Amino acid sequence: MAKTKIWLCRYSESRRGKFFEIVLLILLAVLFLFSFVLGRYDVPLKEVVHILLGRWFPITPTWTPNMETVVLNVRLPRILLACLVGACLSAAGATYQSVFQNPMAAPDILGASSGACFGAALAILLGLGSYYITIFAFGSSLTTVGMVCLIGQRMRGNPITGMLLAGIMIGSLFNAGTSYLKLVADPTDELPAITYWLMGSLSGAKMRDVSLAAVPMLIGLVPLLLLRWRINVLTLEEEEARAIGVDTRRLRLAVIASATVITAASVAASGMIGWVGLVIPHLCRRLVGNNFCHLLPCSILFGAIFLLLADNISRNLLATEIPIGILTAFVGAPFLLYLLTRKEHIL
Amino acid sequence: MKLEVRNLSFSFRCREVLRDVSFSAERGEFLSVVGPNGAGKSTLFRCILGIYSDYTGRIAVDGDEIRSLSRRQLADRIAYIPQIHRPTFGYSVLDTVLMGTTHHLSPFTQPKARQITQAEQAMEWLGVAHLANRNFAHLSGGEQQLVLVARAIAQQADILVMDEPTSALDYGNQLRVLQRVRQLADKGYTVLLSTHNPQHALTFSHRVLALSDGRVAAWGKADQALTEELIQLLYQVKVDFLETEEGRIIVPRKGVGLS
Repeated sequence: MAKTKIWLCRYSESRRGKFFEIVLLILLAVLFLFSFVLGRYDVPLKEVVHILLGRWFPITPTWTPNMETVVLNVRLPRILLACLVGACLSAAGATYQSVFQNPMAAPDILGASSGACFGAALAILLGLGSYYITIFAFGSSLTTVGMVCLIGQRMRGNPITGMLLAGIMIGSLFNAGTSYLKLVADPTDELPAITYWLMGSLSGAKMRDVSLAAVPMLIGLVPLLLLRWRINVLTLEEEEARAIGVDTRRLRLAVIASATVITAASVAASGMIGWVGLVIPHLCRRLVGNNFCHLLPCSILFGAIFLLLADNISRNLLATEIPIGILTAFVGAPFLLYLLTRKEHIL
Repeated sequence: MKLEVRNLSFSFRCREVLRDVSFSAERGEFLSVVGPNGAGKSTLFRCILGIYSDYTGRIAVDGDEIRSLSRRQLADRIAYIPQIHRPTFGYSVLDTVLMGTTHHLSPFTQPKARQITQAEQAMEWLGVAHLANRNFAHLSGGEQQLVLVARAIAQQADILVMDEPTSALDYGNQLRVLQRVRQLADKGYTVLLSTHNPQHALTFSHRVLALSDGRVAAWGKADQALTEELIQLLYQVKVDFLETEEGRIIVPRKGVGLS
């Protein structure tokens, strides 16, 4: 292993990848701690560190019980969820872009978000609690992508184009379904609940939500991290990739399944948070290049940083919270315009 | 390695694209495949690469029918060099070449020192080692094609299948790439290369396989198989062959075939 590192040091891209991975990791750690201090209830940084360490080490409390509740029960789950969702959406976006050889691919390209929204709206309409809303959204999201894959495989011609087309169609079908549910929802309480959920927000996150989301997220992220070299080969033409000795069909299926699980878990936990999955991977491509070995870790770290930052703004900028989905769209849409108008097309 | 194709027929959507194609290529042999558009050259290559497997007949590498080999085993023996095209995501030249070593790795691992040495060797052979850190997408067409050849060399397969590698290149790069390919054949690689230029086949390759409408129109030593009649049959143009010190030159007649 050590020998590999020495060899790789001769190549600039690999060195850059390592450098940015470390920089982003440090940034994330700093932002993570700093985020605990932000908020209407004042907790000094020193106490934050003590409270966090106090969970594992015997430290005599110098803080009030209120501080502990705010840090451990209110801010910690929300910060963790922001990191997890940001990391997953960004990782899924980078993956879909590579698998579909399409720089404009985002995590909802196969209808994962549309499906989740429909499931969540249905659960709200049925009067179920937040726990079931998440479960419904997650299940409905996986079902949608499953349908897209099945239909896409049956289409003639290029399997990738088939899947993208199926994604657009099934996605709009579920969007129509969500619209219908909104139509029949009770406008005094159900309709606003659905609307707020669709906007995407991390408010009111509890430790239970975090652990519920973390399991599928890890199940999806680990295979992606392990397969990250092979995912590069999927960006080649079908014939080239197969001639190189890769079973493209099986690999693509495994990679899409993993990316879909993490997307579904993210959307189910936080609602529609757009643009992260498109914008962050592109920024990372500018930083470390397209090699997935570096692109994936960087996207994960950068995604976590970005969403944590956005969530800090969302909960502190105004007295009433701005849904984070709106904030990310404010940043994402101009960036997309920049991408489209840039002279150099190849990333 | 020896590539042997016997009585290969293949139909695509009820249309017979290849019919009873037989030929073989020995170790160290440069075989050019010529024929007009739609003659079945690309289909033949896809069968050999194992992309299409529902053909009838036999395609064997060193006696093993390729359908009985796994993807990885096939990648051990046959490498593919496509036409250059604009990639969606540009990788560094090193990473591009390293991708050829993927079948040596288990699914969950990344290239290690050994693979990097392999890639460096391949890049040096093709004279593209100085480009290792450049972005593939920013190279010239000729450089890109050489990098793709280097990727095939890094794959360490003995048979190279090249689908019209020169069609997107300028005059000088066409000749340079073909020169390199000829050197590879002289080093012991078996090369299968399709081309639209019969002069290239005549100048650089040992043997020629001519396809017309999915059938073998000619197969043999380049200077014997390529005749005025064959070119008339394949392309409906009249040509003359001129003997020069540099070899035989194909010259189109004036007002060629426009009548």
